Formats: sequence, C-alpha cells, structure tokens
Amino acid sequence: MEALKQELKEKIVTTLNLEDIAIEDIADNDPLFGDGLGLDSIDALELIVILDKDYGIKLVDPKEGKSIFQSIETMAAYIEANRTK
Amino acid sequence: MTKKTYINGVGCISTQKTFDTVFLEEAVVNENENVLKIVSPAYKDYIAPAASRRMAKGVKNGIVAAALAVKDAGVENVDAIITGTGLGCIEDSEKFLTAILDNNEEFLTPTSFIQSTHNTVAAQIALTMQCKGYNFTYVNGAVSFESALLDAKMQIEDNEANSILIGGVDENGAYTTALFKLSGRIKQDNQEPYHLLNATTNGAVYGEGASFFVLENEKKETTYAQVLDIEMINTLEVNEVENKIISFLKANNLEISDVDAIVLGFDGNAAFEKYYSELAQNAFAATTQLYYKHLCGEFDTASAFGLWMASKIIKTQDVPEITRVNSVTKPAYNTILLYNQLNGKNHSFTLLSK
Repeated sequence: MEALKQELKEKIVTTLNLEDIAIEDIADNDPLFGDGLGLDSIDALELIVILDKDYGIKLVDPKEGKSIFQSIETMAAYIEANRTK
Repeated sequence: MTKKTYINGVGCISTQKTFDTVFLEEAVVNENENVLKIVSPAYKDYIAPAASRRMAKGVKNGIVAAALAVKDAGVENVDAIITGTGLGCIEDSEKFLTAILDNNEEFLTPTSFIQSTHNTVAAQIALTMQCKGYNFTYVNGAVSFESALLDAKMQIEDNEANSILIGGVDENGAYTTALFKLSGRIKQDNQEPYHLLNATTNGAVYGEGASFFVLENEKKETTYAQVLDIEMINTLEVNEVENKIISFLKANNLEISDVDAIVLGFDGNAAFEKYYSELAQNAFAATTQLYYKHLCGEFDTASAFGLWMASKIIKTQDVPEITRVNSVTKPAYNTILLYNQLNGKNHSFTLLSK
C-alpha cells in the first residue's frame, strides 16, 4: 500500500506537470482538489485515465470520482480494492 | 482619412538572449548545431505556475513576448490579437498523436489536445490580458506572420482598431525535427560548421521563437517604425524577384536607391540561396545587406524575428556587425525592406520607414 501511494504521487506530479510540488510535499491525506493540491476538472480527467490505463479500472459512475479522488489515501485504497492489472 | 500603422512596442523570445538586453549585444552565432534551441526567460516572472504547468513551450514564449511588447508600448490592453504560426504547438500535437498510436486510440488525455491547436497562443494571451476583442490566428506556412501583419494593418487603416497585438510563434518538436532531417528540409547532422552565407549544402539550420509587436495608429515616443506595405506571393522564379520588388517599391513611390537596408532571409539552404544572392550581388549591391537566420534559425515565422531586428535598427540607428552581409554603410537607416521566402515558396516583402 505504501509503495502504491508513492507510485501515485509520482504519477500525479509527472502527469499533471506539478512543477512546483515535490513528491515528499504531498501528504497521504492532503485534499487533491480545492485547498490541497489545487487540481481542477481537467486534472480529474487525467486521473480517470490513469485509473483506466495503469490499473484497469473503468469509472462507470462519475459521481464516484468525488470520494475516490479525495486524497492519495482514498485513491490508493480504491485502486487496491478494484485493480485488474 | 486612412490611418498609418506604427510599431510602438516589440518583444522577442528567440534562440538568442533577446530579453533583458538592449538589442543583439549578447548574440552568439552557433555554427555547430543544425537545430537551434530557445534561450528561455524566467517564465515564472510572467505566468503563474498553476497556469503555466499545462502550457507548451510556444505558448509560454508567446505570452512572455506579448507581455514584453505590451509593456514596451506602454499600453494596458489592445483592441485585437492576431498571431501567425506555421506548425502551432507542435510538441503537444506530437504528444497527442503519439498517445493515440501508443494506446491504440484509447486513454486519450485532454491536456496535450487542448494545447495542440494552432490558435492556443493567441487564446492564452487573450485570457492573460483579458482581451475580449478580435482574436485570430493565421496558419499560412512561411507567410503566416505576414498574414497577421497585413490583417492588422488593414484594420488599423480602416479605423476598425486603434491598437493591435500581432506576433509570430513556432516551436521545435522532436519528431517533426527528425522528419525534417529525413526530408532534407533541415541540414544533415555532422556537417558542421553550418555556414548560412555561401552555403554549399542543402537544407536549413532550424530554430524557434516568438516575436510580438504592438501596432497602433499614432506615432508615440515609443515608436520604432511605420509599416508602409506588405506583399505576399506564393510562387516566384529567381529571375522574377527583382521586378516584383521594383513594382512593390514603385507602389510606395520608392526606388531601390531609396532603400537604406535590405534584410534577407538567408537560411543556409544552397538549393534556394539564389533568391537572395542574386539580389545581393546585383540590384542591391550598393545597399546595406543584413541577415538574421544565423541568429534565430529557419522556421515558418522566423521573418517576425527579421521584423523585430529591422524595427530595432530604425529606432536605434544601430546596425549590429553580426547582422551584416556586406560592408556597405549608410548615413541613416530610415527605410528598410525585408524579403523572405522558404524553399522557393511563400515570398514576402515588408517595407518599414522611420
């Protein structure tokens, strides 16, 4: 689980071009949207693609995204429970 | 009454250090590379990190060059923004197309798609400046920038706008550069030094950059030059160029002897050098001859760098030695003609005066 969280942080920083944010600056429970990392709706689409491409998870209900993408912690837990690759 | 068009502010990001400098005092000719890379400004001084993280190189360079031009002109906003680009944000276009192939047309992310459109630069500048006026991008090969310039000049002369920001932007993309090398458009590797004058090999030394200008309908303290005329012709034979220039000058009540300097687009391509060398050796032998693509490289909107250089010369009356083709000097540089073409196509004549 810790390795997955680290992997997610690296993917988010690289894929979303978060130039000013170091991986160690992201706490597991930091909000990804709003006051935390400040991600936006385009980033949400990028995260959905990461779930699909890298972990084989297709989000059928977009409303699920709100709880899944709350933080690295929630994202990792969801991936751990639902990954197909 | 028809208004006149003045260049009242300039900004340039190029393969030379053309920001935080007076003119070309820090310019260096790099004859060891066949593709020149941008000298980057501190983007963070101009663009918020949250906004810049999705921006392609060309967008960032365009925004900074536009900001420099607007500041130079002392204006807060403009009535319109018009850009020209040959290949647009080619890096992100490549990323997007590569992702389509690599992922078997699945998993396409929005970021590189958003940035891959040609009008992204003009749009992002408008968003940054909160300019809600006319916003247009010309994609016409090597006359993309001249098309933007002509559009702006016509709007100013017809009183449709008082101030217009125009610019030419292009960036290098790794895959496109590799294709250009394969096709011979860029000089082959390992043939350095790459001399642009008296070239003996085909292909050009390529580059990238963004040059922006604030055009206004009144002469101010910041004025660089007046844009007298622009003409674009798709195809010309070498032996037709001189007569076309004579007609172009005549339409502006000028003759070749009235031109103080001619700025030529020598790009090192021996196959098309005659377009310039014939003029240099004959009709304009007694005129100061200047070139610039050894500084900025060849690309579809490289001529915008040429206009930046010519504008600076008219304002400062300083002709940097590094730009000279011949040793002819003039007591003053009040009328400058720019001639550019790319691979024998897209010829343009631009006439500036003090």
